[in-house]
Amino acid sequence: MLEKRKIVIVGNGMVGHHFVEQVIEQQKAQHNKQQSLQPLEVTVLSAESRLAYDRVHLSEFFSGKTADDLAMTTPKTYHSWDVNFRTNAKVEHIDRQFNVVKTVTGETFSYDKLILATGSYPFVPPIPGHKQPHCLVYRTIEDLHAIERSAKSSKVGVVIGGGLLGLEAANAIKQLGLETHVVEFAPQLMAVQVDAGGGQLLRSKIESLGVQVHTSKVTQNIGKGEQCRYQLQFADGEVLETDMILFSAGIRPYDELAKMADLAVGERGGVVINNLCQTSDPSIYAIGECALWQNFIFGLVAPGYSMAKVAAKHIFSDFYASADVTEFTGADLSTKLKLMGVDVGSIGDAHGKTPGSLACIFEDQPNSVYKKIVISEDKTRLLGAVLVGDNSEYDTLLQYMLNDIDLPETPEALILPKSEGEVSLGASALPDTATICSCHNVSKGDIVAALDDGCTDLGEIKSCTKASTGCGGCAALVKNVFEEELQSRGVSVKQDICEHFPYSRRQLFDLIKVEKIKTFDELLEKHGSGLGCEVCKPTTASILASIYNDYILDKFHLPLQDSNDNFLANLQKDGTYSVVPRIPGGEVTPEKLIVIGQVAQKYDLYTKITGGQRIDMFGARVEQLPLIWQELIDAGFETGHAYGKSVRTVKSCVGSTWCRFGVQDSLNMALDLENRYKGLRSPHKLKFAVSGCTRECAEAQSKDIGVIATENGWNLYVCGNGGMRPRHADLFATDLDDKTLLQYIDRILIFYTQTADRLQRTSVWLENLEGGLDYLKQVIIDDSLGLSKEMETQMENIVGKYQCEWKTTLEDPIAMKRFKAFVNCEEQDENIVFVKEREQIRPAKDVEKLERIAVVVDP
Amino acid sequence: MSKLTKQLIEKQIQKQVEPLESQSSGQTWHSVCRMSDLIQDAGVCALINDKQIALFNIKRQGKVYAVSNFDPIGKANVMYRGIIGSVQDEPVIASPLYKQQFSLTSGRCLQEQDKALHTFDVRINEDTVQVFL
Repeated sequence: MLEKRKIVIVGNGMVGHHFVEQVIEQQKAQHNKQQSLQPLEVTVLSAESRLAYDRVHLSEFFSGKTADDLAMTTPKTYHSWDVNFRTNAKVEHIDRQFNVVKTVTGETFSYDKLILATGSYPFVPPIPGHKQPHCLVYRTIEDLHAIERSAKSSKVGVVIGGGLLGLEAANAIKQLGLETHVVEFAPQLMAVQVDAGGGQLLRSKIESLGVQVHTSKVTQNIGKGEQCRYQLQFADGEVLETDMILFSAGIRPYDELAKMADLAVGERGGVVINNLCQTSDPSIYAIGECALWQNFIFGLVAPGYSMAKVAAKHIFSDFYASADVTEFTGADLSTKLKLMGVDVGSIGDAHGKTPGSLACIFEDQPNSVYKKIVISEDKTRLLGAVLVGDNSEYDTLLQYMLNDIDLPETPEALILPKSEGEVSLGASALPDTATICSCHNVSKGDIVAALDDGCTDLGEIKSCTKASTGCGGCAALVKNVFEEELQSRGVSVKQDICEHFPYSRRQLFDLIKVEKIKTFDELLEKHGSGLGCEVCKPTTASILASIYNDYILDKFHLPLQDSNDNFLANLQKDGTYSVVPRIPGGEVTPEKLIVIGQVAQKYDLYTKITGGQRIDMFGARVEQLPLIWQELIDAGFETGHAYGKSVRTVKSCVGSTWCRFGVQDSLNMALDLENRYKGLRSPHKLKFAVSGCTRECAEAQSKDIGVIATENGWNLYVCGNGGMRPRHADLFATDLDDKTLLQYIDRILIFYTQTADRLQRTSVWLENLEGGLDYLKQVIIDDSLGLSKEMETQMENIVGKYQCEWKTTLEDPIAMKRFKAFVNCEEQDENIVFVKEREQIRPAKDVEKLERIAVVVDP
Repeated sequence: MSKLTKQLIEKQIQKQVEPLESQSSGQTWHSVCRMSDLIQDAGVCALINDKQIALFNIKRQGKVYAVSNFDPIGKANVMYRGIIGSVQDEPVIASPLYKQQFSLTSGRCLQEQDKALHTFDVRINEDTVQVFL
């Protein structure tokens, strides 16, 4: 057994966590190269009570995000990576002689390599009175809890410090409902990132949002207030009353531990590191905000991530001699952010400090926009930029700067309003080396490589390259690169539904409709090749049903249907089926309930209430399905289409008929909707709901089509869903009368079934629809495509041809042929075995089947 | 559950639902049904000597294929309910449970190399479908 190599990481902030990820990645890469690898032991020691979380988006805590939302990892993830960790375990001592660290809890850990990722703490200027109870800082989730508590007994809050973090903090206390002030020592806000002109505009925008800004103020004392808890006393004699004070006056590195261990530390703090991120002790590394590189501390996450990568690679090259080594060579400090809804961007040399540099400035005071670019003396290179009020050119400008791209003849056009001449840099103009995501250092080449490796959608690109999973600022650019790259490869190839048809679903839909194609064979003959497959056949079946709404199990359509449609029931893991009769709006008579009970009892079916207000009966053998349905249909039930990619249910509350609060008859509307659209075949399942008042008991806002009653009619919500990736529906139109409501739903459903991809739910469809919700409104409400009459006729045709598929099937001898276990005898499938649990059947497990066999074989 | 028990269970279940190689000595042609009992471009299942055999009638090729009906991945007798297709001209059947494709000529699974269906010879004798096993 090889002895373990031990890496101990002190601190589990964003950078410390990133280092762990890098180690895991390197480890995987090594395993791929070598069979037997000396095992690694990775230990994380965190002083905080929780594992790493996203501090960049901390202010979102006050707009509803929870600690879990901000979490970057979980104990489970670390367990799965085989990473040891301790929380509440501040390291208090490093013994460099014996390579051991000791925590406050008394535990000791030995190391081969030690990583200091201890981060920084907010600097609180030593103003007299700064230690009072409502004087707080803004750094950790615990700080936020303290701010929240303090805000409950406060009316006024002051942030001392008008930098980036200070304004974030101001936003946070403003969201808590306090009268908010920002006090800044310098003459302007965000003096590091923004020039005087930009600072002035920023100030006026922020003041117009109700935050009062006080610049050039030196706070001398925090005394007792007259109206408020405290009084800030400034050097110029003025005072400001407040109940709470938040300090945001910069950061200081946590370097105590390094100092005690006699590691080299900078004059004003920070653990000194070289280009490999090693401290003065080569087996100890420092990364992130505790590290001092060339006398500079980086207070941003991206440089910290770069350091983490450099350190991880160096350690692996030392352990295994085969990893590449890279060096940390500084970082671009450009930033783009939205402060209280105001865009602010700062790129490179924002202040024009480069000798000979020239500036072009565009200022639009009525619209509160300020833009400046700094260009080189020879006017060929972009050196820096400041953007306030409009960040739309940020990505383009950043690419010009980072990649040394030649400026156009008229560089000022880059920041002029678009009507006066647009010069934008398309993603295709970028070199492969262009950095797209600076948080994770992802280049355009990395994205292209991911595409080569088979990533086919944006989500995969993001999880594979990590691009835009840091601050998220590059999301639009990543999408751009992805799409332009796809286009350059010929998008049609990627959108082909399968090997048998060189078309997307939408193109197939148009072909079938325009050429009036009625069968799959005809479509394959004219436009496809081979025999088809389990992708193109059901898709074609769905399109044919959407256009013609013919019986889905007729001779030509039967072979196309997916397993569930094929037997008009839901296939379960053991080969049996479940049966769901339609119960429109969830309304059912006692007589019908009794029939369901009797049928379930007779055929010994397992019964369960579904989420769509119906009853599901499980455990039906294929040959039992027609018998069961005959009884259900005789009692007045019809098929529930639970098996189809089609309209499922319209969930509802009892509405104004019974409810004390209902304002409209939601149940009646639900019945109308369900009876109108039942059985409509679509690219994916469709769920509806109708609520009788704003209390929303039917949960309409989580449905593809949601209707909520108002005093004046109905509000229509569209494109929501639950499931794997829940999405709230968007409000589409308000106070509609019954007729208009149906009209809009008709049009939306037809537009969706015609244009969506295969298995694309309405939520994803809307997100991918160019122009989004506004465009959908134009098409449906304003009839911008002139299609609404046709769409309504189409829907009338489908509604008019509705049939209960089970009723038709029971009368069709060809379709009935398949509802038999065997073509040549009347036996049953012996592999279907049930046992009882909680007084109902369930499929037997393998071991239970064996026991049964044993009994049969061995009497 | 011990490994041994698990193996035993697998074996017992296989015995129940799949034909055993060792029984191959007495192989012969079995008449199953008429051509009109099959469904064009879809499957039906036949029970022959207690073995479940899925039969597929592919109109375009004018051919009938026979494979074991037990899905070795989903572990249920469902193969006849799958959708017929082709992958680069090779006729395949997709499992209705988890959609893996199996070649109708060789039986091998295209997605999981170590899984396969048994295949059987089929002939049409004066409108009677016959399977050899």
